[in-house]
Amino acid sequence: MGDLLHVTDENFDKEIIASDIPAIVDFWAEWCGPCKMVAPAVEQLAEEYKGKVKVAKMDVDQNRATPARFGIRNIPTLMLFKGGEVAQVIVGAQPKNYIEGELKKLL
Amino acid sequence: MYDIIIIGGGPAGLTAGLYSARARLDVLLLERLAPGGQVLTTDWVENYPGFPDGVSGFELIDRMKAQAEKFALRIQTEDVSRVDLSGQKKVVYTSQGQLETKAIILACGATWKKLGIEGEEDLIGRGVSFCATCDGPFYRDQEVAVIGGGDTAVEEALFLTRFVSKVYLIHRRDELRATKLLQERAMAEKKIEFIWDTVPQRILGHDGVEAIELRNVKTGSASKKDVKGVFVFIGTIPNTELVKGQVELDENGSVITDNNMETSVPGVFAAGDLRSKLFRQISTAVGEGAAASFAAEKYVENYKERG
Repeated sequence: MGDLLHVTDENFDKEIIASDIPAIVDFWAEWCGPCKMVAPAVEQLAEEYKGKVKVAKMDVDQNRATPARFGIRNIPTLMLFKGGEVAQVIVGAQPKNYIEGELKKLL
Repeated sequence: MYDIIIIGGGPAGLTAGLYSARARLDVLLLERLAPGGQVLTTDWVENYPGFPDGVSGFELIDRMKAQAEKFALRIQTEDVSRVDLSGQKKVVYTSQGQLETKAIILACGATWKKLGIEGEEDLIGRGVSFCATCDGPFYRDQEVAVIGGGDTAVEEALFLTRFVSKVYLIHRRDELRATKLLQERAMAEKKIEFIWDTVPQRILGHDGVEAIELRNVKTGSASKKDVKGVFVFIGTIPNTELVKGQVELDENGSVITDNNMETSVPGVFAAGDLRSKLFRQISTAVGEGAAASFAAEKYVENYKERG
């Protein structure tokens, strides 16, 4: 998926906090089953909201600082950002129409 | 119009899909997320026949899905918002529109039950968890509590010992319900401390879980344990909101069926964890999925006769 961004501890601020458009970050890990359940929805949203919302994933196994900074202790967690601030947090696997509904509130 | 619409893509739904597709029926499986269900939260499955060394929950689901798709089962990611089972023709409503079908197989599974105590809801995502395989690694070298005494609670407590320094296994009775083999493993694990006859009263913490307040059900005495995580495994509630008031449910909200998996509504079948029964396993879900598919196939044949 070319439209889906993979962010790291190093580029998180530049890509997400300083983003001109709203952003959503899917915090996930290889070991997490429910993360796999939500992944297709995130990929679809990346394609459908291209240019309007920055859709990103962060592997919490490879990147420990950012999840700790936002107090994330459950995955999947989807965090929505607008203007560098956390606008909404979705904990657990939710269907695409639910995530999309939250996303639309930021536009 | 479809012959069969299956709602839910766990082991029951995927097996019903496999059998229905092989019966050359016009079948569609709807799943609100990616297929898998609760199996995806299971680290290692040791009691599913055919895998003497066990199999990961991921691999088992991948294999079930691949097998069903090999016989051309169509799987769509759709959240079903409503069903109308009142007519001979059944109607399924999704965010994309409405679908008509002759028969329905309900395989919507079950969801983890919450404790319903103070602090729980507020701290979900900040220390309260229902998935040890997801969240265990966030608790490296910390102390956590596991609530429950069944197979899932004991399995997850054992899994957590890979990461945490200590697990308090808190159970309201004075013995475990979990299968004997799991009990033996838990008793032998030094990182697990059992707290018997005890129920949680309140989860404390602001930015994250800091402690859990407990009460002994026999003596009434209160105590407190400082923990960073509370993992809740006290059973499940059936996902039957969709059909409440339309098919007969038992006192727990599970779907009542006959021996052929047919519900109180002709043409509506149920399989897996949402069904009224005592034992919820991957192996039982799979068997029920096959049986439901067969009964639905017979129903669809007769439906054709009636025109």
